[in-house]
Amino acid sequence: MITITHYLVLSAILFMLGVVGVLIRRNAIVIFMCIELMLNAVNISFVAFAYHLHSMQGQMFVFFTMTVAAAEAAVGLAIIVAVFRNKETVNIDDMNIMKW
Amino acid sequence: MLNLISLVLLFPLIGTAINGLIGKKLRKETVGYIACGAIGMSFFVAILVFFGLLQLPPESRVFEKQLFNWIESGSFKAAAGLQVDPLSSLMILIITGVGFLIHIYSIGYMHHDKGYHRYFCYLNLFTFSMLLLVLGNNFLLMFIGWEAVGLCSYLLIGFWFEKKSASDAAKKAFIVNRVGDFGFALGIMLIFITFDTIDFTGVFHAASQGNIAVGSFTVTIITLLLFMGATGKSAQIPLYTWLPDAMEGPTPVSALIHAATMVTAGVYMIARCNVLFMLSPFTMTVVACIGAATALFAASIGLVQNDIKRVLAYSTVSQLGYMFLACGVGAFTAGVFHLMTHAFFKALLFLGSGSVIHALSGEQDMRKMGGLKKHIPITYRTFLVGTVAIAGIPPFAGFFSKDEILLEAFVRGNFIYWAVGALAALFTAFYMFRLLIMTFHGKSRVDHHAMEHLHESPKNMTVPLKILAVLALLGGFLGIPGASAINGFLSPVFGEHGHVETHGAEACGSHAACLPYLMMVISTGIAIAGIYLAYLMYIKSPELPKKLAERFSLIYKLLLNKYYIDEIYDALFVNPIKKISLLLWKRVDAQLIDGTVNGVAGFVRGFGSVLRLSQTGYVRNYAFYIVAGCIFIIVFVVFGK
Repeated sequence: MITITHYLVLSAILFMLGVVGVLIRRNAIVIFMCIELMLNAVNISFVAFAYHLHSMQGQMFVFFTMTVAAAEAAVGLAIIVAVFRNKETVNIDDMNIMKW
Repeated sequence: MLNLISLVLLFPLIGTAINGLIGKKLRKETVGYIACGAIGMSFFVAILVFFGLLQLPPESRVFEKQLFNWIESGSFKAAAGLQVDPLSSLMILIITGVGFLIHIYSIGYMHHDKGYHRYFCYLNLFTFSMLLLVLGNNFLLMFIGWEAVGLCSYLLIGFWFEKKSASDAAKKAFIVNRVGDFGFALGIMLIFITFDTIDFTGVFHAASQGNIAVGSFTVTIITLLLFMGATGKSAQIPLYTWLPDAMEGPTPVSALIHAATMVTAGVYMIARCNVLFMLSPFTMTVVACIGAATALFAASIGLVQNDIKRVLAYSTVSQLGYMFLACGVGAFTAGVFHLMTHAFFKALLFLGSGSVIHALSGEQDMRKMGGLKKHIPITYRTFLVGTVAIAGIPPFAGFFSKDEILLEAFVRGNFIYWAVGALAALFTAFYMFRLLIMTFHGKSRVDHHAMEHLHESPKNMTVPLKILAVLALLGGFLGIPGASAINGFLSPVFGEHGHVETHGAEACGSHAACLPYLMMVISTGIAIAGIYLAYLMYIKSPELPKKLAERFSLIYKLLLNKYYIDEIYDALFVNPIKKISLLLWKRVDAQLIDGTVNGVAGFVRGFGSVLRLSQTGYVRNYAFYIVAGCIFIIVFVVFGK
């Protein structure tokens, strides 16, 4: 029997993978994909709760999240392309001018 | 006509504004006309006001004009109002009249100066301030005028500020006056605390009602503080040192400010507050003693000075001492009378010396003059009148006023006051004739360079001299003993204590009534003795002064160096204060205060420079902080409680 706990554990594992990926990877696109992973991990828990509580609200939030993720993908990828045109790299360790 | 009084003040103020704001663009003639015209019109209005006052019956000759409410705070009220009474109307006549002549003289004297408009702007401002001083109907307004004349005095002494000695003298005058003004300001505050008003009428009314006991502690302190102000402004011991140095200013300024008007402000103030001063016998004694001491002290310094203007400066200090002596024995009328005659003959002498200096292209040392009688005859003749007047030969102005002071000092004071005054009169006659002889008589010691330019002054300088000479000749008749016009005129201000009613009035019947005539003979004799001494030493046997100077070299040196008072003051006050100030500046200000402020800033900067190391610029670090923060919040929410 697969209970809600299984879904939530899966969601937490995926979310942690995303967080760790954001923290340790250097390629901007990979980091970007990790963020998507975090968003979708949350989606899993939303859907699981919706099923568990017999409520449609969770599923509605999933649509919102997917819309935001799509918009974010468009903007984020555009920024990465613009950065690449300037610096010819997407390695975020080379982007460290945000300091004193 | 009395309502016109505000115009007296307005004209000089307009003159100041025009010359101060656009004088630079105007032609020199225009500047001179505006300045003289302003004072001339002011003088005209002053005459109108004077006659307006004469039309009133003597006992109601007080007119107050309220201009506007100036300050109102709690029970403290100060209105801007003008007061016309015999004393102030006499003062405005002297100020505008003598001031007008000196303005005209200045046109000629300052003709070559590049600061022409600046000069007339200051001179008009001075006249305005002085009029405000004498016309104000409360102590605060008087104090404003008092400070403003001090400011103008500072500006005009330092008129040639490129010269270090001039700017130093200006600063000295200003700072020494601060000491006196401090006392004056305290006195005004104490008056307010005691009487709950600062209006002249209110204060004097309350004081004359007998609410204050004669000789009470408060009134003694008040009058002593007021007198402290007077010693500063009127150059009395111990604050007289600024006046001789003030001769660095242009000569007409010396005539107007440092002889005729401003320095007499202290005498005016004491005469104005006569009700208060009469309540304190102790202060009166102090005033009389200081006055007598100053008269003798300054006259003795004047005996040996060689700078023509300095002799006149010490003479002014000495004559002011006479006025204070008169006030101190309660003879306010005599003091004010001498103030008036002194304004005439001392302005004449200063302007005459200015004419001499002008003729000699700026030479002030009497040892480089001599024999000028032929070259500048008008100056000589008018100067002679002034000299005779100050020496006290009848019927010149100085005789009547000085004789009256000596008489009053004898009658009301004691023999010592009289003896000191008489000795000072002897000195006065001597040093004035010494000055006259060294300048105009004998062989010429003028160097040939100045000799080439030697010329009589232009008309606009000699005409004021002539008018002042007439005044110095005739001014004394206002106060002839027995039929004194000035006594009668001023009696509403001073009440019955202003002058001795009886002297000279009765026929020379009793012994006491003979005294005035005896006094006259004695003081004339003293004057003639002084003149003869000068004649003996500087015409008959010119080698005598040198011999005497060698014989009594110690006294001579003491006098020549002005009793070393300046040096003593430097050692006692100036240098210690300088040292303390230096300490406060270098240690307290620069190190302690600046150190604290800079230290706080330095600490913040240092702390910040450590903190900013956390700003690495790597996105990963920032992301890590966010995650760490989130974890912290979750842990706190879940396990915190």
